[in-house]
Amino acid sequence: MSKYTIGHYSYQPQTKCELHRLDQGPPTQALLTREQGLKYYRTMQTMRRMELKADQLYKQKIIRGFCHLYDGQEACAVGIEAGINPSDHLITAYRAHGYTYTRGVSVKEILAELTGRRGGVAKGKGGSMHMYAKHFYGGNGIVGAQVPLGAGLALACQYKGNNEVCVTLYGDGAANQGQIFESFNMAALWKLPCIFICENNKYGMGTSVERASASTDYFKRGDFIPGLKVDGMDVLTVREATKFAADYCRSGKGPILMELETYRYHGHSMSDPGVSYRTREEIQEVRSKSDPISMLKDRMISNNMASLEEIKEIDVEIRKEIEEAAQFATSDPEPPLEELCNHIFYNEPPMEVRGTNPWSKLKSIS
Amino acid sequence: MDKIRNEQIRGTVKVEQFGDKAREARLRWFGRVLRRNRGYIGQRMLEMELPGRRRRGRPQRRFMDVVKVDMEMVGVKVEEAVDRARWRQMIHCDFQLLQVTVRDALNQAMDEELERDERVFLLGEEVAQYDGAYKVSRGLWKKYGDKRIIDTPISEMGFAGIAVGAAMAGLRPICEFMTFNFSMQAIDQVINSAAKTCYMSAGLQAVPIVFRGPNGASAGVAAQHSQCFAAWYGHCPGLKVVSPWNSEDARGLLKSAIRDDNPVVVLENELMYGVAFEVSEQGLSKDFTIPIGKAKVERPGNHVTLVSHSRMVGHCLDAAAVLAKEGIECEVINLRTIRPLDVETIEASVVKTNHLITVEGGWPQFGVGAEICARIMEGPAFNYLDAPVIRVTGVDIPMPYAKILEDNSTPQIKDIIFSVKKTLNM
Repeated sequence: MSKYTIGHYSYQPQTKCELHRLDQGPPTQALLTREQGLKYYRTMQTMRRMELKADQLYKQKIIRGFCHLYDGQEACAVGIEAGINPSDHLITAYRAHGYTYTRGVSVKEILAELTGRRGGVAKGKGGSMHMYAKHFYGGNGIVGAQVPLGAGLALACQYKGNNEVCVTLYGDGAANQGQIFESFNMAALWKLPCIFICENNKYGMGTSVERASASTDYFKRGDFIPGLKVDGMDVLTVREATKFAADYCRSGKGPILMELETYRYHGHSMSDPGVSYRTREEIQEVRSKSDPISMLKDRMISNNMASLEEIKEIDVEIRKEIEEAAQFATSDPEPPLEELCNHIFYNEPPMEVRGTNPWSKLKSIS
Repeated sequence: MDKIRNEQIRGTVKVEQFGDKAREARLRWFGRVLRRNRGYIGQRMLEMELPGRRRRGRPQRRFMDVVKVDMEMVGVKVEEAVDRARWRQMIHCDFQLLQVTVRDALNQAMDEELERDERVFLLGEEVAQYDGAYKVSRGLWKKYGDKRIIDTPISEMGFAGIAVGAAMAGLRPICEFMTFNFSMQAIDQVINSAAKTCYMSAGLQAVPIVFRGPNGASAGVAAQHSQCFAAWYGHCPGLKVVSPWNSEDARGLLKSAIRDDNPVVVLENELMYGVAFEVSEQGLSKDFTIPIGKAKVERPGNHVTLVSHSRMVGHCLDAAAVLAKEGIECEVINLRTIRPLDVETIEASVVKTNHLITVEGGWPQFGVGAEICARIMEGPAFNYLDAPVIRVTGVDIPMPYAKILEDNSTPQIKDIIFSVKKTLNM
């Protein structure tokens, strides 16, 4: 049974933390204040409702192309953000809407980007997988490619000596990419302040971890890089583990690898029903026993940190916020055609771009 | 009760419409009669005129009357009966009633080749138990099992290399990239390990491998998932590169690619997977192959030549239909193969029409159209051009996501029509 601290109660993570080349893991005592609890709840619930709204809009064909939803994994994004500073850096793969939100982009801008409107965070040009913000480097479509990028961000932190770290996320499917091992080697060699985090949601598209990986102990696959594995469905556990990892990196000891055991309710993307490679019973079981939002809500109520009415009020506010954002996202106009060729380069004088035929000369400004 | 259309039943049992089959039989017999030596009674009967007066009323319809109409319908002349094989091919009635999607065509082609040759196997992400990310390999794992249909982890460089190694040892792998955008992760294996090896070993080591997957723009998948690699792969000696448009192309080219002893890159198109085309009975046969390196004239014309590959061929045909209403007849050439490029077919067409437009989805700089321009300029057809060659291409930008921007980033039918009118000075 878990207990949370209000003031001075102690907190125990539900599942034991597994360690690799580490003598000690994250602390088993942590403080959760009422403000923090409500904030985490609000953030997770907003993310959940935002993803469900995206699901709805996709089915109405207002969102098109790829749409990889994050519902079920909210505790990871919120816990990680709670464990680092806004001045730290974060990069992830394509299941990025949650992180885009925690890194400071409004729901309105995220949904407008998904619907391809000018009010979107990337002005409608990027889409679901290519959203960026300050110290948030996307949103990357090519599996595994974000990991060397993250190591590079960490190199820049070390180079500048600003005591910042970089959180580099990847999934269980990406864990078999060669470039990840290349990044591990260099990060360890040069002691880069990089927190590699593997979000293990048990399935890489339609392939379960047993069918894809010779070793499913993802936290050990950094070999010479110390690792730890924690329950990714409990936001406090994730927060404490992230703080622990960040402190490790900031102390100059080099990179660290963290595996978060989590689960996604939706299929790989909106074109995957998600039930051909796993059973509905499995999804239902996780939803009823380990849902991150329900778990936090139950514990806050049972520890008298919040009342049911308060939580319900927050839910109503969030629902309204999402509705307004969706309203904006569906009514905002599409980007103007004149801007088709803009932003090819950064900081360049205006140039001419060839259109579909030799007489079509389009303008591009930076 | 299940409603099944006649066409479908005929299709599954491969039976033609009765009238068509009767016509074929008539023409076949006619050809046989003509090939016998002079004096054969059958020949004398054909031209026989009965003496005496005819009855009142409409003249009797005789065999030759019917056969003349038949020949017109099929498009043959009496002189052509001399060549038996050709005659038979031309009069053969195709029950063009079976519609096959490009996806099913690729699926059938792989199925038939897997059955035909034990050394053929398929590997890639989600190709087995998931039935293929785009369902192209549906049913194959169920039929052939783990040994022949292999699910790989997400390790393109690794599994592409593994496939090339297997090919070097004598197997005939089909390596699927979920999209060709991901082939960039493995491109070293495709070029350095597969394409160049036969040359480097002076013919000692063959690499009979097929790399296939969807290429080019899709719908709303943004910049990292929409690139066309025809120009990149078409640049490299040692590699064969094909780009099918319709179902017949897909079947024939994939089969040729699998049977070829060299590395072949098959650039499919995701938006074409669900499109159905009529496939002739010949096209459905298990040994139907389309030669690599030969383009096809999809539509003859006199005024301008449109050369294209993959999905854009459909756009060209649509543009040609619109222009035909205004009296402009476009000749549409489906390249089918990017490397080796069938310049002869293009040149022959340019000699006839004097105007050339290339249409592709990829970027303009160093693209397929640019290569065609250079080759035409270097060859005899240059003197027949009445205007410079025009390239219709994708816009020179990374693919944007928003629908209005994406639609304006690849050639539309109106762009082709505009270019045709410009080059014809209209």
